[in-house]
Amino acid sequence: MYAALWRILPGPAWVRVLILLALAAAVLYGLFWYAFPWAAQFITPQESTVGG
Amino acid sequence: MGESRPGSRRAARDVEATGATRPRRRASFLGVVGEVLITVGVVALLYVSWQMWIGDWIIGSEKHKEASALSESWLKPSPAPSASTTPEPTPSETAPSAVVVPVQDQQQHGTQFGVMTIPRFGPQWQFTIAAGTSRKDILGQGEIGHYVDTAMPGGEGNTVYAAHRWTSGAPFDPIDRLVIGDAIVIQTQDGWYTYRFRTLEYVQDTQVEVLLPVPQQVGVAANDRYLTLTSCAPKLNMLERIIAYAVFESFTPTADGPPASLAAPTVGASS
Repeated sequence: MYAALWRILPGPAWVRVLILLALAAAVLYGLFWYAFPWAAQFITPQESTVGG
Repeated sequence: MGESRPGSRRAARDVEATGATRPRRRASFLGVVGEVLITVGVVALLYVSWQMWIGDWIIGSEKHKEASALSESWLKPSPAPSASTTPEPTPSETAPSAVVVPVQDQQQHGTQFGVMTIPRFGPQWQFTIAAGTSRKDILGQGEIGHYVDTAMPGGEGNTVYAAHRWTSGAPFDPIDRLVIGDAIVIQTQDGWYTYRFRTLEYVQDTQVEVLLPVPQQVGVAANDRYLTLTSCAPKLNMLERIIAYAVFESFTPTADGPPASLAAPTVGASS
C-alpha cells in the first residue's frame, strides 16, 4: 500500500518526501479539526449537568 | 517448486533485477492487511492524543477568539435599544448588593448572551455562554450552557452554568483550581457581573437542588445573588458532578469600562 504510494509519486526521493510530508499534514489537519471532533461525540459522551 | 530450474520465472526475474529497474514486488494480501492495521493503530493513538491534549487546545483557542469577538462587539458604542439604562444606586446605599443591576430576560435556546472570564484560569480562558444546557448543540460545541429558568446574571437567586471538563474545549477543566475569592466575571451587552468564588462541592448527578434559588436549600426563597457552575467529576468520568459556588459582588456598566476584577489574581497558586 505505502510502497505503491511511493511508486506513484513523481520526482526524485526528496520531492517525494516533501509531498508525503504535505500529505501527512493534510491528513492530520482533517483528522484533528474535522474527523476527531465529529467522532468524539460518539466515543466520549459527557455529562456535565445535574438532573440530566 | 522451480527454484533451482534456470528457466523458471523466478530466475528470469532475478536476472531482470540486475538491470536498471528494480523488480516490482507484488504487494501480498497479508502485507496490505498489515499496513492497514498499522494505520488504524496510528490513527487510534492520534485520536487519544487529540482527545487528551490537542483537541481541547484547538477548540479552546477557537472558542476564545469567538468569545473575545463577542465581548468586543459589546464594547463598541452602538445605538442598540436594549442597552439598558443602568439605574443609579441611591446615594445612601453604598453596599454593592444594594445597587440595582440590569437583568436580562431569559434568552431563546442557543442564544449567546454572555462571555465568562475567570482570571484564575489565565488570559486565554474566555468562553461564550449560551442559553440552554443541551449536550450536542451547546456543551458539545465548547460553550458554557446556562440552565433554563435559573436566574440570569445579576438576578436575584441562582444563575447556573454547565460546561465540559474535557473534550469540546474543556471550559471547566480547571474548575478545581479555583481559590476562594477568585473572580468569576460574566459580561453581557449591559456590562460586567462580578461574582466571587466561595466553595466547591461534589454531588450525585441527581442533585438538582444545586439549581435552587438558594443552592441546596429546599423551599427557601431567593435572598441573594448566587452563581453556580456544574461539571463532571472525577475528570474523565461521569460518575459525579463538581459544583462551584460563588456570590455576587458588583456590576460594572459597559460605559464604565472593564472592572478591576478582570485583572490576574495575585493570591493563591496559579497554574
